[in-house]
Amino acid sequence: MRYVLLAVGDEKPWAEAGPAEREEIYARWGRFEELLTARDAGRGGNELAPSGTATTVRKTGGKAVVTDGPYAEAVEQIGGYVTIEAASMDEAIEFAEACPSEIVEIRPVPDQG
Amino acid sequence: MTAVEQAYREHWARLLALLTAEVRDLDLAEEALQDAFAAAVSAWPPVPGNPPAWLLTTARRRALDRLRRGALAARKLPLLIVDDPEPPSVIPDERLRLIFTCCHPALSMDARVALTLRCVGGLTTREIARMFLVPEATMAARITRAKKKIAQAGIPYRVPAGPELAERRDGVLATVYLIFTEGYAATGGDRLIRADLAAEAVALGRMLRELLPADPEVDGLLALMLCHHARRDARLGPSGELIRLPDQDRSRWHREEIHEALSLLAAVSERADPRGAGSGQTESGGASGGDPFPGPYLLQAAIAAEHAAAVRAEDTDWPAIARLYGELEQITGSAVVRLNRAVAVAEASGPGDGLKLLDGLDRMLGRHHLLHATRAEFLRRLGREREALDAYERALEVVGTDPERAFLLSRRADLSIR
Repeated sequence: MRYVLLAVGDEKPWAEAGPAEREEIYARWGRFEELLTARDAGRGGNELAPSGTATTVRKTGGKAVVTDGPYAEAVEQIGGYVTIEAASMDEAIEFAEACPSEIVEIRPVPDQG
Repeated sequence: MTAVEQAYREHWARLLALLTAEVRDLDLAEEALQDAFAAAVSAWPPVPGNPPAWLLTTARRRALDRLRRGALAARKLPLLIVDDPEPPSVIPDERLRLIFTCCHPALSMDARVALTLRCVGGLTTREIARMFLVPEATMAARITRAKKKIAQAGIPYRVPAGPELAERRDGVLATVYLIFTEGYAATGGDRLIRADLAAEAVALGRMLRELLPADPEVDGLLALMLCHHARRDARLGPSGELIRLPDQDRSRWHREEIHEALSLLAAVSERADPRGAGSGQTESGGASGGDPFPGPYLLQAAIAAEHAAAVRAEDTDWPAIARLYGELEQITGSAVVRLNRAVAVAEASGPGDGLKLLDGLDRMLGRHHLLHATRAEFLRRLGREREALDAYERALEVVGTDPERAFLLSRRADLSIR
């Protein structure tokens, strides 16, 4: 089954992190990607620029309204995502536990077949 | 009991577990099995020589019928992820898979409780709704949502292995114990005990023990439930009021259940102590090698057993109970355990020592009437009636059930001040 792991967390620590800390965090993500590769589970993903750079387009009454910021204001924001192929929810949970993100939301991808 | 009712009691969970593995769809399996029991109602007697085999064959046929009619195709739910779909030759016991799936941590506790009672306990949605005081439609929606999530999120139909097993087993035990406590100390409504719900939990505990033998925590949970359940007839007075443990008529306790609990606990300690076991066996916890020993359920059972074994209230070994609560607090860090420990300590060495242990619990348990009621009792015994009165007031503000409210009112009225 396919799942998307959403990496969720407070953006502030990352914004305030120095170069050494950032390097350390990237190294942890690198090890996580290696694990996914070794298990042939990784199906791509991306780090996302901070939510301060987000733009939201809302369609109301046939009109598209463009606003600055993410769709929902919250301390915790989605900072990236990884698509994985896992045998079941149990394996997806195992990968989510190995993921460096502080919070991981697991969302199954519906089978189109 | 008719032959169909008896077959339902004995075989529902086993047949549903097996059928689910075969058709890889919990919903379809459940409907087909329900059809099979409905068919049995009109076809029996004569009761077939092997009732479960008859039911299984009928249910399989009904499942095929339903699949052919395409009634389920419209739902487009993915098939369950089943570890080993090999068709078996005898009726194997797949109930553990069913239990672990119903109690999966990706499901909410409400959903786990409802699914476990429906699928493993074989209760109808109407019965479960009545037990939890919610409309039947609400309970039906809850169960449907849970089954959908199992299918759509790929919650597997499997027994976890390795270190995952102990952790997931704890989730199963927590679900069963929650069912029990909801029956034993109802959180809402006009009745204090729902013995039917507690009895279901005890039955689930027995089933778990059969499926996970020699696991001290599983034995502990069953012993714990039995010790409490054995007191059900003595806990309420003639008008449904709460009778506290020291005032209960101990002749109304179900002795055979207490005996069963005590021998369960004796067997666990015999297994844990190689000298006592005499067989050279040192492995104490079959399925749960890495657990702390004794674990939380075993400790709670040991506490309940101390109470149950006392012939009269004044024979209770409070120092032993206070010690056990101390151990339990250490491994759980729970505020409720601390509250109970305070009660035991007050009995063992005086209300002043108990009162000290309540310090700092308000932040965690401020909405819990038992904290305030306990404090009120300690203060009363220390002769600090003014403060006791305040504590009763606070307990009455947050108390949930009517019998407990009546009890608090009567205790408050007993104070010499107003």
